[in-house]
Amino acid sequence: MTAEPPPALAANPRLADWVGVAADGTVTVRVGKVELGQGILTALAQIAADELDVSLERLRMAPAGTDAGPDEGFTAGSMSVAMSGAALRQACAEVRAAFVAAAARELGVAPEDVTVVDGVCAGGPGRVTYGDLAARVDLDRDAAGDAAPKPAGRLRLVGTDVPRLDLPDKVAGVPRFIHDLRLPGQLHGRVVRPPGATLVDVDPDTVEVRAVVRDGGFLGVVADDEHAADTAARRLAESARWKREETLPDEDDLPGYLRAGPTDDTVVDESGRADPAGVVRTLAATFNKPYLAHASMAPSCAVARWDGGTATVWTHSQGVHPLRRAIASVLGLDAGAVTVHHVEGAGCYGHNGADDAALDAVLLARAVPGRPVMLRWSRADELAWAPFGSAMSIDVAAGVDASGSVVTWSYELWSQGFASRPGFAGNPGLLAARQLERPVGPVPAVDPSMPQGGSTRNSIPGYAFGHRSVRAHRLLRTPIRTSSMRSLGAYGNVFAIESFLDELAAAAGRDPLEYRLAHLTDPRGRAVLEAAADLAGPPPREEAVGHGIGYARYKGSGAYCAVVAEVEAVREVRVRRLAIAVDVGRVVNPDGVRNQIEGGAVQATSWTVKERVRFDRERVTSTDWESYPILRFSETPRVDVRIIDRPEEPSAGSGEAVHGPAAAAIGNAVADAIGVRVRDLPITREQVARAIDR
Amino acid sequence: MATETVELTVNGAAHRVAAGGDTPLLYVLRGPLGLAGPRFGCGLGACGACLVLVDGRAVTSCDTPLWSVAGAAVTTVEGLGGDDGPHPLQRAFLDEQAAQCGYCTSGLLVRAAALLAENPAPGEDDVVAALDANLCRCGVQRRVVRAVLRAAGER
Repeated sequence: MTAEPPPALAANPRLADWVGVAADGTVTVRVGKVELGQGILTALAQIAADELDVSLERLRMAPAGTDAGPDEGFTAGSMSVAMSGAALRQACAEVRAAFVAAAARELGVAPEDVTVVDGVCAGGPGRVTYGDLAARVDLDRDAAGDAAPKPAGRLRLVGTDVPRLDLPDKVAGVPRFIHDLRLPGQLHGRVVRPPGATLVDVDPDTVEVRAVVRDGGFLGVVADDEHAADTAARRLAESARWKREETLPDEDDLPGYLRAGPTDDTVVDESGRADPAGVVRTLAATFNKPYLAHASMAPSCAVARWDGGTATVWTHSQGVHPLRRAIASVLGLDAGAVTVHHVEGAGCYGHNGADDAALDAVLLARAVPGRPVMLRWSRADELAWAPFGSAMSIDVAAGVDASGSVVTWSYELWSQGFASRPGFAGNPGLLAARQLERPVGPVPAVDPSMPQGGSTRNSIPGYAFGHRSVRAHRLLRTPIRTSSMRSLGAYGNVFAIESFLDELAAAAGRDPLEYRLAHLTDPRGRAVLEAAADLAGPPPREEAVGHGIGYARYKGSGAYCAVVAEVEAVREVRVRRLAIAVDVGRVVNPDGVRNQIEGGAVQATSWTVKERVRFDRERVTSTDWESYPILRFSETPRVDVRIIDRPEEPSAGSGEAVHGPAAAAIGNAVADAIGVRVRDLPITREQVARAIDR
Repeated sequence: MATETVELTVNGAAHRVAAGGDTPLLYVLRGPLGLAGPRFGCGLGACGACLVLVDGRAVTSCDTPLWSVAGAAVTTVEGLGGDDGPHPLQRAFLDEQAAQCGYCTSGLLVRAAALLAENPAPGEDDVVAALDANLCRCGVQRRVVRAVLRAAGER
């Protein structure tokens, strides 16, 4: 074998980091990726079980931690199946080969004559199990590329609807979430952090608790139970003196704010040739999106214990290793003095408050050495203090020929960055760090470079246009904290591009599907567009009801997805149905993909028709479910998903593919339903009214 | 508030709890009673993650003070099933894989159990209306509705 090892295996070559076999035959698989509610550990278990020839019952997926297992950075960007899956597949193939070789020696047969069924190796008349051989097979060695993973045709579990491994616990109420962790001697903590306020002074003697912790502007309490912690935190908040300042922009002029700068300016793309003489008409439009909140169902939470200069942390972070380094740097410790264990949290859609809560917990735990402290944010903390997905403002213009086809394409976007995770831009990226007596940070969010991109993700359209110019401007000074949220800039960019494409099609008197297909050469892209249109069926013939389509290949290199939305726009904008076609290459778990696409489509519907972070000049004001409403059961569209399986193509992630196309499809359906083009998200009744007035 | 002793039944077992009377029921269930099913979501009774049955009615336990449930029978998601195994709703949620992160799941199960107790054969609109005060952020609403209808059909 001369093939390059998968990158995650090259970075973590030791086989024992990935797989361990116990004498009782239990196989423990460790990956650096974490369960965020997306079902990744089930999908990776399918891959491992197939390569190792063991049943899922024999397999245990260990949670990620800094003390064992591979370092795979962050669980983000819909990369886990592609990256961790590829590494795990190779590592498990080599582990299986090592066990087969040992079995062959034991049984006195050739390795190729050994068959393995659920960890039992048979050859000739003899049998020996992985458990029997465990002590003799040395996995404390690097992967050597000396065994090949199975071809697609020989996989049993990959490609099937394996039920989620974690759900039986979750429907039974079995403790599983970080909020359920109960360690001996555990105390409860709260951080006092009213939205928009900076601590000036506080009298800790106002409350009787285990500890009041103050370090600069950081204020928290540690108490025996949750109720005492809540009560003390409330009392401290009321009695402390806070400074309020008008630092926030006008929430009704975000485009003006983003464009005022200063900005970091990038030419994202300048390519293609076009004859400007071919342009007979130029069209232009501006699209805007507001700041969005993660709005996970659980407030962020962490447990920490401080023992003689070392910290042990339990967290629902997306990256235990980067978090460990960030905590160590804030506290001036060696990374080795911090141990971080992953425990599942509620649904995670990007860089939320999980990492911040971990540092909060450590700061509180230092006041009560030896005692674990569970720190939980309030709902208001979660909605006001976790990073937001950035607002965006986008100018797009196209020169079209006599048939209405695009000859020149010009696209310019203004946004904050989408990456301020721990360790990005040399910054610990932790909220409390900037509130300490000796503050660290904040640094404005950066953007990963293309082809991944941040605000620029999916800013380059996948269509064959003559000449293309794409420019991006990232705001460098801002009090608003932004970071990664599901699909990053792709949501806003695909909304703008695909909305504008419908405007171009309409101006040319052409059908939106035909118009897209005429500009799209990629057969997989064409296939999802045609499949979504087919799944949707003919548009309804009802007053104020319309169909709209949206399409993108996520990141230009990931999953292909097309959505047809059916929208009713009578009094409110109501999304009745989303028909979706998706191509993620080889499908590991069809129902898992379906669930991700359905859920992503519903979440994108919520963003698109309801959501907007609210603030006045001093503080974030959307701090509960009334002021930050999300989609309810009665507003949830029916979602139909058709998966185009391509077993010979590499797997691509499914978690973020649908957000942009769904938003565009909804906007296009509104235009189809009532003839009004809404270019400012969210598409609420008010925005429709404003679009009519314009 | 001074500590008082409150007697209540939780999942069929009698308990005497000594706590401040204004302590939210949720904290009593998750603290001294050691249950993990009811979950903290917002603390304002606005998301449904903390739902429990109090004398058969679905109640948000995060804003229900302990004193108000003295003598009541409380059922959490852990107590929905019976001697013959899990509640049909719990099986149906697994059959439909009606969850992603699962954090809102116990609240949905409790609300749905209250619905089925009142209306054993609900239509889709009844299910949607019953669950409308529960929030889910991962987007599994349609699966949940299917699961509730399936459980109703199998009873």
